Amino acid sequence: MSDLNQNSNANQSVLSALDVSLAYDQRTIVKNVTLNLDPNSITSLIGPSGCGKSTLLRTFNRMNDFIPAFRKTSGFIKYRNLDIYGDDVDPVFIRRRVGMVFQKPNPFPSSIAKNITWGPSINGFQGDFDELVEISLKRAALWDEVKDKLHSSGLALSGGQQQRLCIARAIAMDPDVILMDEPCSALDPASTAKIEELMSELKERYSILIVTHNMQQAARASDHTALMYHGELVEFGSTRQIFNSPKNKVTEDYIMGRFG
Amino acid sequence: MTPEELQRKLQSSFTDMDEIPLFKDNLNARARGEFLFKWTVRFSAFTAVFIMSLLLYRVLQDGLPWLSFDFLNRFPSRLPERAGIKSALYGSCYIIVLTTIFSVSIGVAAALYLEEIAKKNRLSQFIEVNIANLAGVPSLVYGILGLAVFVRYLDFGRSVLAAAATLALMILPVIIITSREALRTVPNGIRMAALALGATPWQTIWSHVLPAALPNILTGVILALSRALGEAAPLIIVGGVTYIAFIPESLFDSFTTMPIQIFNWAGRPQVEFQGIAAAGIIVMLLLVLTTNAFAIILRNKFSQKSRW
Repeated sequence: MSDLNQNSNANQSVLSALDVSLAYDQRTIVKNVTLNLDPNSITSLIGPSGCGKSTLLRTFNRMNDFIPAFRKTSGFIKYRNLDIYGDDVDPVFIRRRVGMVFQKPNPFPSSIAKNITWGPSINGFQGDFDELVEISLKRAALWDEVKDKLHSSGLALSGGQQQRLCIARAIAMDPDVILMDEPCSALDPASTAKIEELMSELKERYSILIVTHNMQQAARASDHTALMYHGELVEFGSTRQIFNSPKNKVTEDYIMGRFG
Repeated sequence: MTPEELQRKLQSSFTDMDEIPLFKDNLNARARGEFLFKWTVRFSAFTAVFIMSLLLYRVLQDGLPWLSFDFLNRFPSRLPERAGIKSALYGSCYIIVLTTIFSVSIGVAAALYLEEIAKKNRLSQFIEVNIANLAGVPSLVYGILGLAVFVRYLDFGRSVLAAAATLALMILPVIIITSREALRTVPNGIRMAALALGATPWQTIWSHVLPAALPNILTGVILALSRALGEAAPLIIVGGVTYIAFIPESLFDSFTTMPIQIFNWAGRPQVEFQGIAAAGIIVMLLLVLTTNAFAIILRNKFSQKSRW
């Protein structure tokens, strides 16, 4: 099955969706979306509420498996040419390679260090845990703020710090891709700016797919932008092209703020 | 200006402005209702405390003269001055420990299955309805069940093991229901966070969901165990004996427990045994309080970390 529908540049893509349709019970949420994600780049998925962008995002690490009504009705989702929904694929392997940051900061109710080390330890990390904590927190630009209280609760941090802790937790797994589901929607502008700055540093090592409601954020922080509307992928291209010379009328209306 | 004067002034100024007032705020009647409400709930709260203290006072008055170290260290006897609670105390302690082991392990595991693993279908609904019904079954019925299944069919005999299994079965529905409630209060974000890191459902549950739910699970366990500790009826059916002059040494030894012993003493014609029954009640209350205190300490230890 894996050599069917082989897209020309699918070999280079980290993640790709080929003609993907998704549904909750009988209700189709995503219709025939094809999307390729370049390595070491930031791609943002934008679109009005309920357009299916979060549902699409969650198929890339099979987090939709936990929604009983969810079904994939057509197409392939691929991670480096591996069919993610293939019969012989263990979702645990996918989630270990494709990390995720959620909309609401959700640190574990334990210490900052434990938040970082738990994922690697259950996945058989062989290295030095103290070093891992330091590197992950440094990459998430949180080290200086928390280095003296690594053993106090992650829940005692501010919302923005908690979200960066969640990013550090994802980084500690040394993933290939990081999925972000509206990571800044619960944060104040200062914390948002910090996370955007962080994203541009992280793309040196990881590929990032981010769902956002905030068009300015997509314009500022991403290399590629995809606009979804009513479950369909309306337009996908470089962020500069999408925001400066959209080819589609819907895209133009959306980025001009005529609906949404 | 007192509040009443201010009120009157406001009222008159409003009615002066408006020929037909739109609002009849009726403040005095509402204040009276408020007063009535406050005192009704206050009185209700004190009723329970008052009756409890009355009971405690009577029990202490009757029982304290009989309470001594010897009372704890003597076996039952026909003679009031030689009667003691040793065999019942040991019996209750052994049975409650076994009951805890059986009911908590099975109850929490069943709750985990129903809440975290099982898909919502006919079968899980069937199990759910049955558990809810079992929680309402009278304890005597569990006694008969214990007699039929544990004593006779599984051939445990009239033993400590049969008694503990019967009590565990009796409190199992309560433990399952409260544990499920506890699991439901764990935010879903915690589960998603763990699963997204490449954890299996079991690793997620063991490391994050269960510790977060533990304080509330323990609250349910405390209530259920206190009930099991005070229960006499099902154990009399299962075969609790009232005259036992030894401490149970194996799971298959015969047993007595404090409620059974107290029930027996309270039914005797001699006046002295009323005092001895009261002394037994004091010992039993102390045991219940000790178990509860232990569980509460455990709960507080776990609930310190998990505040989100």
